[in-house]
Amino acid sequence: MRVGNAIYMDYQSTTPLDPAAREVMLPFIGNMFGNPHSSSHRFGWEAEAAVDVARGHVARLLDVDPAQVFFTSGATESNNMAIKGLALGRQDTPGRIITVATEHSCVLESALASAAFGHEPVILPVQPNGLLDLDVLEAALTDDTVLVSVMAVNNEIGVIQPLEEIAALAKARGIALHCDAAQAFGKLPVETLAAQCDLISLSGHKIYGPKGIGALYVKADIQRKLAPHMSGGGQEGHLRSGTLAPALCAGFGKAAEVAAQGLEQEMARARRHFTQLMDGLEAMDGTFHLNGCEDQRLKSNINVSFEGTDSARLMANLRRLAVSSGAACASAKEGPSYVLEALGVPPGLAEASLRIGTGRFTDDAQVADALSYIEDALAKSRKRTWSK
Amino acid sequence: MTKDLLYLDYAATTPLAPSARAAMERGFDMLGNPSSIHRAGRAARDAINAVRLDLANHFGVTQGQVIFTSGGTEANALALHQVQQERRFASAIEHEAVLAWVPEANHLPVTPNGVLDLEAAEAKLSEAEPGLVSLMAANNATGARQPVEAAAKLAAAHGHLVHCDAVQAFGKIPLDLAALGADFLTVSAHKIGGPKGIGALIVKDGFPLQSLLRGGGQERRRRPGTENLIGILGLGGALETIERYGDMAQFLPLMEQVIAHVGLQNVAAYGAERFPHILSIQMPGIKNQLQLMRFDLDGICVSAGSACSSGKVAGNHVLEAMGYGDRSEEFIRVSFGPETTQGDVARFLAAWDKIQNSAKAAA
Repeated sequence: MRVGNAIYMDYQSTTPLDPAAREVMLPFIGNMFGNPHSSSHRFGWEAEAAVDVARGHVARLLDVDPAQVFFTSGATESNNMAIKGLALGRQDTPGRIITVATEHSCVLESALASAAFGHEPVILPVQPNGLLDLDVLEAALTDDTVLVSVMAVNNEIGVIQPLEEIAALAKARGIALHCDAAQAFGKLPVETLAAQCDLISLSGHKIYGPKGIGALYVKADIQRKLAPHMSGGGQEGHLRSGTLAPALCAGFGKAAEVAAQGLEQEMARARRHFTQLMDGLEAMDGTFHLNGCEDQRLKSNINVSFEGTDSARLMANLRRLAVSSGAACASAKEGPSYVLEALGVPPGLAEASLRIGTGRFTDDAQVADALSYIEDALAKSRKRTWSK
Repeated sequence: MTKDLLYLDYAATTPLAPSARAAMERGFDMLGNPSSIHRAGRAARDAINAVRLDLANHFGVTQGQVIFTSGGTEANALALHQVQQERRFASAIEHEAVLAWVPEANHLPVTPNGVLDLEAAEAKLSEAEPGLVSLMAANNATGARQPVEAAAKLAAAHGHLVHCDAVQAFGKIPLDLAALGADFLTVSAHKIGGPKGIGALIVKDGFPLQSLLRGGGQERRRRPGTENLIGILGLGGALETIERYGDMAQFLPLMEQVIAHVGLQNVAAYGAERFPHILSIQMPGIKNQLQLMRFDLDGICVSAGSACSSGKVAGNHVLEAMGYGDRSEEFIRVSFGPETTQGDVARFLAAWDKIQNSAKAAA
């Protein structure tokens, strides 16, 4: 996808709205304007029906009961609702809330906030490849551990955490497992995730749906332990009050359906472009490092560090390529990425990293152009570094 | 043959304004994450901040005082969480999204006219530790206008922060944060022809707001999460034509038409200063659930209180707080918008008579 004269390769940050998602949203910004919680008339019923259809699409991708899928304003809210909700719900039996240093900031901060309810937040380190060491996790688990929260796919470096093994460890001790699957949902097969996790966070705008909508899957037997996140009208099973937006729900649901249909094709495309990008980068002058495990990785994420430059210079010379140097919500922040820091990437290299994200609308020609832009930018930025 | 549907439930939600739809369609083509520093991201950020400025101007505040939320419920929660639970006060007729956070002992009573009892409020607030008082500008069930300025003055005199849930008053009357004397003000887009899923909390300048959600640095760290770009643009679009809702004169004849027909004694809060676009009216002896079914058969969309968790008749707490007791189950709510005509009201009233007469015949 091109925006003006620039190529968009920041698909981990957000994705363009799929035309099919856009199409299903249109009636709900048209004549079907009902409040889905208006139970006394047809405008309400048709809006409610649309919300239910959307819920069904999201549930099908996870292979779960739609009644256990609760819509939120996005993955940030879902993660807050899961972690702080359980922390509050279990404040009478406090214990450890365990998560990982490379989680999204909303997970880390929610875990830290659980201390206010008497819990002990524990942030585990990762290996240099970005993966959680299972022995480290096992050693951290205690009988009083309330929750383990591990993301499926890292938003910055794309590594896929070993959730099956993590779930086995948690299950053996009867500990609840939450998974932020915002970056995995619709990109990888996730239908086994619900068998492993008690809580799963999802986002609409990472799967070609609209921004402002996400969901939390809550396993039935943990629902009563979760304190309501938003009180009021009692919508979404009293867990999350507030009028739902049928347009956003419909767009999210359609995006989930489209993602499910095209999953194999998308994975093949990601693999092809990963190879094309890696081969292209290897053919360039100078040294680069792929951050995060190469095998256990979402192939649409290529996070690389370049020697002899920094990302500010690189980005300045990459005006025709929309990429990022980390998570979008942290883009405005100074300093290197805490995720790369957690991997032990030296500060100099961490500050010279790019996250190149490919997606549904990326084609071979865009990748070839992107590579040539990167090559030019590297040459320019390194020249300046040397002449300093 | 099905009759055309007649929508008289504007207090629940409003049809999307064409200006809002156009703005949202522009948003469909905007790709970037507003937090991304590349051009696509900055374009999205600029679009959001343009709406922020328009909204700030509407309330006489600066852009930094506008925080976008997922709607009125979240904005209310955000305001109320600025103080500890036991220090929160609210009128007994607030929306559930406010009352849910307030201990029952801290509910402030209303008069039989459905208006905050200022004397009783003063008695309670003057004794309490400084906290936060929440009062809606327009009641969502009855349309009764609440004495926000007077209550705010009184609350502030005793050291309380003041929150105004202005969801139903937004667009109907001028709302200037300073003139109201409020520290926080809640609005929602879908009551003024904007989309559902977007609202805002307006905050007093310089107030160190504690975020409800934890996470990224969006909204100056006061509301993390990727912004609802399409929703914000829709709110901006609705704001362009908000004056369609602000002409109270268009609603007065509609209100009078209803009152003349059903009788003043059957109108809740009839003696209150009121917003003419929301009316709670009683059909004596007939349960509102039955009325709603009959109105639906006639293609008329009305409700019984606020639209909340499905199946439940919510909003009865308002009429109960006014002392209606079991009679509160005989009230329905009709609410008007700029599209409503006197002909529409006549059709509603004809159905009203039919339902009333057939119930009488069956009795």
